[in-house]
Formats: sequence, structure tokens, C-alpha cells
Amino acid sequence: MIEKILVANRGEITCRVMRTARAMGIRTVAIYSDADADAPHVRMADEAVHVGPAPASQSYIDIGKVLGAVRQSGADAVHPGYGFLSENRRFAEALAAEGVTFIGPPASAIEAMGDKITSKKLAAEAGVSTVPGYMGLIADADEAVRIAGEIGYPVMIKASAGGGGKGMRIAWNEREARDGFQSSKNEAAASFGDDRIFVEKFVTQPRHIEIQVLADGHGNCVYLGERECSIQRRNQKVIEEAPSPFLDEATRRAMGEQAVALAQAVGYQSAGTVEFIVDGQRNFYFLEMNTRLQVEHPVTELITGLDLVELMIRVAAGEPLPFRQEDVRLNGWAIESRLYAEDPYRKFLPSIGRLTRYRPPEEVREEGRVVRNDTGVEEGGEISMYYDPMIAKLCTWGPDRETAIGHMRTALDDFELEGIGHNLPFLAAVMDHPRFVSGDITTAFIDEEFPEGFAGATLDKETLARISAAAAAMNRVAEIRRTRISGRMDNHERKVGTRWVVTLADQRHEVRVEADREGATVHFGDLRSMRVTSRWRPGEPLARLEVDGASLTLKVSRIPNGYRVRHRGADLKVHVRTPRMAELASLMPEKQAPDTSRMLLCPMPGLVVRIEVDEGDEVQEGQALCTVEAMKMENILRAERKAVVTKVNAAPGDSLAVDDVILEFG
Amino acid sequence: MKDILRELEERRAGARLGGGERRIEAQHAKGKLTARERLELLLDEGSFEEFDMFVTHRATDFGMAAQRPAGDGVVTGWGTINGRMVYVFSQDFTVFGGSLSETHAQKICKIMDMAMQNGAPVIGLNDSGGARIQEGVASLAGYAEVFQRNIMASGVVPQISVIMGPCAGGAVYSPAMTDFIFMVRDTSYMFVTGPDVVKTVTNEVVTAEELGGATTHTRKSSVADGAFENDIEALTEIRRLVDFLPQNNRGGVPVRPFFDDPARVEMSLDTLVPANANAPYDMKELIAKTADEGDFYEIQADFAKNIVTGFIRLEGRTVGVVANQPMVLAGCLDIDSSRKAARFVRFCDAFEIPILTFVDVPGFLPGTGQELGGVIKHGAKLLFAYGEATVPKVTVITRKAYGGAYDVMASKHLRGDFNYAWPSAEIAVMGAKGATEILYRSELSDTEKIAERTAEYEANFANPFKAAERGFIDEVIMPHSTRRRVCRAFASLRNKRLSNPWKKHDNIPL
Repeated sequence: MIEKILVANRGEITCRVMRTARAMGIRTVAIYSDADADAPHVRMADEAVHVGPAPASQSYIDIGKVLGAVRQSGADAVHPGYGFLSENRRFAEALAAEGVTFIGPPASAIEAMGDKITSKKLAAEAGVSTVPGYMGLIADADEAVRIAGEIGYPVMIKASAGGGGKGMRIAWNEREARDGFQSSKNEAAASFGDDRIFVEKFVTQPRHIEIQVLADGHGNCVYLGERECSIQRRNQKVIEEAPSPFLDEATRRAMGEQAVALAQAVGYQSAGTVEFIVDGQRNFYFLEMNTRLQVEHPVTELITGLDLVELMIRVAAGEPLPFRQEDVRLNGWAIESRLYAEDPYRKFLPSIGRLTRYRPPEEVREEGRVVRNDTGVEEGGEISMYYDPMIAKLCTWGPDRETAIGHMRTALDDFELEGIGHNLPFLAAVMDHPRFVSGDITTAFIDEEFPEGFAGATLDKETLARISAAAAAMNRVAEIRRTRISGRMDNHERKVGTRWVVTLADQRHEVRVEADREGATVHFGDLRSMRVTSRWRPGEPLARLEVDGASLTLKVSRIPNGYRVRHRGADLKVHVRTPRMAELASLMPEKQAPDTSRMLLCPMPGLVVRIEVDEGDEVQEGQALCTVEAMKMENILRAERKAVVTKVNAAPGDSLAVDDVILEFG
Repeated sequence: MKDILRELEERRAGARLGGGERRIEAQHAKGKLTARERLELLLDEGSFEEFDMFVTHRATDFGMAAQRPAGDGVVTGWGTINGRMVYVFSQDFTVFGGSLSETHAQKICKIMDMAMQNGAPVIGLNDSGGARIQEGVASLAGYAEVFQRNIMASGVVPQISVIMGPCAGGAVYSPAMTDFIFMVRDTSYMFVTGPDVVKTVTNEVVTAEELGGATTHTRKSSVADGAFENDIEALTEIRRLVDFLPQNNRGGVPVRPFFDDPARVEMSLDTLVPANANAPYDMKELIAKTADEGDFYEIQADFAKNIVTGFIRLEGRTVGVVANQPMVLAGCLDIDSSRKAARFVRFCDAFEIPILTFVDVPGFLPGTGQELGGVIKHGAKLLFAYGEATVPKVTVITRKAYGGAYDVMASKHLRGDFNYAWPSAEIAVMGAKGATEILYRSELSDTEKIAERTAEYEANFANPFKAAERGFIDEVIMPHSTRRRVCRAFASLRNKRLSNPWKKHDNIPL
């Protein structure tokens, strides 16, 4: 049996692998770069080896350094996690040469599946359904039309060197195929200097559905159901679920059996994933095989009750799989939300910095509900520019899809994350999106439903009214506390009134708040009332309330006469004012954001280290614009408001005096 | 009898109307509330008690005898803010443009005298065109009477000025002598001489906003301590400020129920100071994580951002915070930051507000701009203010405390009560590189040797232990326990008694 595992990775997956190793009584070794010296994965390990500077190329994916760490620690097995060296044939071979077990597939399988063309050929040979198409290069428009006819319309005409949509045409008929061939060819020549063109079937209403397979060294291979990963942004998966809301039992079995056939054809061992693209008629076509543990493996674990990492370790140690295909049962529904340090309000721009607050929801495993959070960060940790911007993988499980989504909504509401821009509001908005809830999703979901990007979710009237009631009740607690200050005039204390006006979004409620020991009843003008109870105290950033018996969780922070409230992907200002103040507030002018300065001036004599923006960039309030070194310290100059950079007057290395103009804004 | 009662009602109604409906509408059209509306929002509902509602001016020149509105352009009295007494005046722009007459001044003086006698803050809501020209020197005399009371009240009761309209000429000097000035964006301005006079005298063309708007005074001149979007936000936030302030110089800080564990541990503070000693970090995170409920009332947030000043509560009691800000100018001291912090420290000391100082200071900013600007004397203001302060003083050095700036920042030697350091503290005459370049000048050409010397210096001196060995640091504490340690330190100092030698007054380097 394996006694000591080195995890050749960082972050959440390293913590994930170590958790299982530890439970199995196996010692663990972490590796770390300069940037990760204090990271949780390092502290979690029994021992840790430094492997180099922050850039992954000089640390985590430097085979020589990782091998050095293996030797130094005396580990007898290596788990590669995902990314980095996980699908590197040479790494697997090098370990084999050292007599160290690689917890993954044989190097030959990695190689066979590592190349797109080879893998597709192998898949076709193994009887796996592949996207019909002509692999060879096409000489002229006539040939293109002929091949398209053979494949069947619609077809995609693609530049061999293509990417980013350039040199790509969809043709629904002969004429379009002819035109498309020529324009693709021209575009490809202009864009890539390579005008080679091929044609393949265009898959309509595409979904990304993948099959988890698991094989041992004794000829056993099983499939563990599918994962649907259609919610993607620029090919980056954002939300995954298992099972897929789209597959029927027959399709699931057909896909599973083909995946197993492919795995067996390449002599696969360990956990692997066969990715398919599935069209609106449940036709499925092979995309590629990932010869490693997938990021989204927890959803499979949640519906199968299996520990994939444990099974990988056992298979690597030569044990046979402890079950057969007929023993595999899919139970309930699991959803995974990937929390990324990407700001959805700024076109998902990566955001780096310090996690000033990081409080994930409590992990739960109980009847009808599982909440699992796989993470490798902690409060006070740094999201650096060097690595993947993923902060955590939040998973929920429920007996059915609706329940699992409900648990996810709650878990996202409970998740506190501050200090950097992150996609939590976006994830919450998707969980409430009717199309997602219906299961009618494709890989184009985000582009189609958020074509202009994300500007915050819109809450329904009822939810807004519930938030109004909550704010009125919270405000009462806060105002009463204010009257308990020392030094007040006896017998002439302030009495907190019962009548308030709550405004949020476009709603305005005149309410009467009747408080008692347990909570408050908020009466609306229309004779409706809501009962609010909570243990919330002023200053707490997370308010858990019960409004009319249903729970409501809000992230709250104080603003003048109210609260900033974040809930279910919405970011609102709620004002709670006395009726008189509300009346007077209506006299206040609506103001445009002031535009007093159109320049970034150098605040100190110093040396320009970096200019973070280019002419024409739109910058947001608080965004880093430029770094100036002064007093041997780096000072980051930030945008004071949203603006467009019209001119850059300085360059790195320039020596500047106070009030020199660095940038001009339009 | 009924008629007599009715007459009172009628007179009151007349007085409350100020300059009349039309002028009230004009005031609203400018986005401004009236003097009485402002008091309604500033004070607890129904708590306002008015004085001198029927006072009228006595001028007769320029046909003034014909216009004698009750109240004479200012509403005065007292009320409560969350049950605590404050004295207020609110100038009424609808009556003679809020201009100050002899009687208008007398009304203000009356409430100021009462405030001092009864130990309660004075809050002035300024909205005045200036001196009432028709009254000539009598109006100027009125200003001076107010000035004299501002001076006498300074350090006795807190004085807060809110500029909610024009404030020009001599009128500026009353707010200037109060403890805090707040402005309302776009509707208020302050200057000694207005744009017209500026143009006549210097040919400079400048707008009122550029010359004396909220942006100018909060960012450049530092005349104002803060600015708010509109009248409502301003008055709300003044109420919030008053919750932090003592009533007078004898009563001590207010205490409020709190919902935050004084022993709360913040593990994330252990990683606040970056591994790279030259990398900035946000000192406000430390302030927020130390304060009760993360509540911080910042003073002069937009000026000299290399130092942060403001109020927090610890265990429900107000504490003044002064902190170097590594995010701006590396947190160095310079003319502006020294002046800003010195004034804040003196306010706290005058009103018995304990002072918490967070230190990360690489030294004083070098350069001709600073030296010619008199950084010696301005820097000395902060040194002087800390040294003379007798209130409880707790200091935490998070990283750099170099050179003279170490001494200045509430060091043990300036009667600091508790001087803590984080393990990341570097208390030394200067940074390692600078020090070795001076100490080993002869070896400068040998980069290897210098690097070795630098490393040696870092190992020996870039830490808190040299200072701790001498007792200049009382204890080296874990960052995550800062709140608990600081709370306990202040708790132990609640009965601190310390006084300076008798003197008429000191001679701080102004």
C-alpha cells in the first residue's frame, strides 16, 4: 500500500486530495512556490517542500523541481491534481523511472488522449460517436460543398489555425457552404497566415455533457454517470451538475458504454472523463478525454457516494475496483458553483488582492441536504496573479434538482467574501434564472441570457417587500441601541418612532413597526403585514432573518439612513427614513457623479514602476491605474471614479514630480 | 384669554415662516432645506426648544425699520441627539440671505454661553450671505462677539460647523475656530474673498466651487473635515458623529451598548503585513477589524491620506485612531499629515478621548518642497501634540518605525501607556539598505559585501526585539489578538490620571 503521497499541485485540489489521503492513514507532502509559503495546502500537509519562485513554470510545472521534492520527501506516490503536470506524459514516465507511483493513468493513455486528432481517431475506432466531418484539408469550394452534403447540414467551416471565432462560418445550405468556404479561407489567410480549411457537423443547441469513468489494472472499467457542464463562459466552466437534466436513461447508458469502450481501448486505469457535445435531439459526439481528476468531480461523488480520490489511490496501488457497473447507483442531484475572483460587474475581469473577509457557509451532511465547499484559501489570503482565479467550489446536494438548487441559493446567500471582485452575485443570479431552473440550457446560455454582461439581478416585487420589512425591523434595532447611549437627559430620552418610510429600487413603503420581545411586525400601508424575527445585531455583516416564517439572508452594511443590501445577486440601497425625513428627502436633487478631475496627477516625487492601463481603456472606481515607487515603497494609484483613459503621459522608469500628469481621462 | 393665546400662535406661525413661502421655494429649488427643516432632521423628533423666536433687529438705516422679521435670520435653541443635549443655531437664508446682524449675533452668543455653562456641544448650521451691510460696524462687532465665544468654548465643549450654503468673508472665521467643519457638496462654499474680488485684485478667474467648494476644502486646503452629498446625508452623519463625542471636557467619552466580543480574534491580521517589506497594505483593514462592529468615523478622509484619523469604539467607548497608511506615500510623515494628525490628537486630548495609534512609518518625506514648506515645525506639531496629551495612549507598531518618525508616533518616550509591536515590526534608525550604506561607506564598491552587511543589519535590527529589550516596547503581540490586547489596555487605563505642569498655555509650534 502507498504510505506517503506528494500532491504535485496547490490550492483546493491539493487540500481535497490530502483530506482523503489522511483519512486513509497515508502521510502527505505538499509542494509550494514563494507565493504559497503560508497557503492552507502547505499547513495541511504533514511536510512541505519549496519548489521555486511564484510563476508556475519555475515551480509547480518544473518537472525537475517536482521530482527533487519527491526524492527529498521520500514520497512513494504522486497525485497530480488537475492542471499543471496532471496530463504530462513525461512527468508520469519520469516518476515511473524513479519507481514512484503516479496516481493517474498510464503514460501511454495520457499520450493517446493528449492529441485532439489522434484521440478522435482512436475514439472512432472504438465505436465512439464523433462529430461527423472531414479531417483532411479541403482544396476548393466544390469539394467543400460535396463534403458538406455528405456530412449533412448545418456544417461548420473552420480554419485549421482558427480561434476566437475568426475564420469560422456556419452553413445551412449549399450556397452558404460555397460562400463560407471562400470567406473563411480569406479570413484565415489574413488573420493567421494559414488558409487551411476543414469542415465538420455543426451541432445545434449544444450541451457539454461528460462521462466519469473509472478503471483498474485488472480489466474492470465502469462509468459513474454524467456531469452537465453547459454553463460556461469562454470555455471556462462556471456551474456543473450531476446528473444532467437532459439525458434519458438510454442515452446515459449509450454514452457511458462508449466512454468505457474508449477507456478500455487505450488501456486506461484510474479516473478519467470523456467529454461529449450533445445536440437538441440527444445526438452526442465525442469531444476529448481528460486523463485526470476533473475540477467538477465532487458532483459525481455527491450522487454516487463514492470518493474518487480514494478509488484513484487504490487503483494506483494495484487494488481492483470494489464494485461493478451494476452496483453503481445515482442518487439525488448535485450542483457545483465555481467561485472565481472575476468581477461580473466589470466584464468578468480577473481581480487580484486580499480576501479581507472569507466566511464560507457551514459544511453540512444531513438528511436531504449536503453542503460541501472545496477550497484552498482562507480569510486574509491573497488571490495572486500567478495562478487560476478560482476561490472555491461550492457544492450542494438534494434529493432532486429543485431542492439542490434551493440549497445552493441558500449557501450562496450565506457565503461572505470581501476584498476582491468575485462572481458570487452572478452565480446567485443564475440559480434564480428561469431558464436555468427549467434545465433548458446550452453552452450559449451565458452569452444569450447576459449579452450585455452582468449588471446585478433584479428581484421580484415580493422579495423587495420582504427586504423592506427586514430593513425596517433591523433599523429599529439599530435606532433603539443608539438611544441607549450614556449621558442622555433623564426623562427626556429619544423615543424611537413606529412609523417609517422604506425605499428601495423603485418601491416605496410607508410602514408601521410594532416591536415585541421576539421581533417585529411590519405593517404596510395596504393593510398587509409581515412578521420579522432575527438575532441580528447592528454591525453584523450577515443578517439571517425569518420573514413570515420563511428565511431571508441578507448581506448588510450601513449607509446614511439605511443599508446596502446584497441578496440573490442583487446589490441594493435600502433607505429607512422617518416620514418627515422622507418628505424632505424628496426635495433633494438627483446628482450626477461629480467629474471634478480629468487627470491622474502624481501625488509624490517618484519613479513609475507600472502603468496598468492603456489609452481607450474604461476604468472603474478603485481600479489600479499606475504604480509609483517613492520612499522605496510601491504606491498604487487608483481611479477615483469610472472614466475612460484618453491619454497616457508617462511610462515605466519615468521620474515624476508632484502633480505631473500621468493619465488623462475623457 | 383665548385671544392672547391665539396671538402667540399667530406670532409663532409668522416667525416659523421665515422669509415667506416664495423664498422657501427658492431655497428648495437650490436643493437646500430651510433652517427649521434642517433642525428637525438634526435633532430628535420634537426635542427642539427655541430661544429668541421674536428677536428683531434694531437697525433703521437704509429703510431697515420697515422690515423687521421675527427671529432675524437665525434659529437658535437646544435639543437632543439620541437623548443627549446639544445647542444649535441654524442660519435662515430666506431672511435677509441669512446675513448676520448685531441681534442675529446676540442670539448665537446666547446659546454659546449656555452651552459652555451647561456643558453641551454647539452645532452651527451655516447658510449666510455674510455681514448685514446695512448695520455696518455693528454687524462686524457681532462677528467678533461670536469669535470670542468660539475661542473661549474651544476645548470646553465640542463645536461643530456645517456649511450648508455660502460662508464668505469674516463669516468663515467662526467655523474656522470650531473643532470640525463639514460641507455639503455643490451647495456650499467658503472663502475669505470671493471670485469677483479675486478677479479685481489678482486677475485670476476662478469659480466659487474651485475657490471654496467642498472638493477644494476637503482635498486641498484641508479647511473642511468632510463633505456630504446633500443636506439630509450631512445632518444624518452629524448625528452619527455626535454619538462618538463627549458632551464636554469633563464628562468623558459616551458609552453605548455594543454587540462585539472584545476578545474577538482576527486570524487574517496575521497576514496583513505582506512578505515584501516594500509592498503596501491597507491600514484601514486593521482599524475596521479592531473597532467595535467595524464602525469607523473618519475625519479628513480626503486629505493627507498617508495618515488616517477618526473615531472608533472599543467596548462601546469612543477611541480616537491615528494610523499611518502604507497605501499612500508609503505612510510617511510630511507637512500635511503631521498637521492633520496633530490637530486630531489635540482634539482627543482636550476632550478626554483615549488615543490608539497604529504605526507603519518609514520616516519623514524628504525634499525641498517639504523643507522649504517648514516640515520641521509642522512635524513638531504632531510630536508636541502626542507629548502633551495626557489621555490613555496605546500604540501598536505593525511594521516600520524608523528614525525620528518612530519617536513622534506616540512612542513610549512620549508617555505612551501601552506600546505594543507586532512580530513584523522594524524599529530602527532607518531601513537596512540606508543604514549599511552609511555605516559601511568604505565597502560600497563591493556589492556582495554590502548585501551581506544589509542582511546582517536586517537580522539584528529590523525587528521589535531590540526595542523590547530596552522596554521601549512593552510587549510583542500576535496580530490576530490586537483587538483583545488593545481593549484590555484601554480598560486598564480607565482611571488614568496624569496632568501637565501648570502653565498659562503651551507654545505649540503653530
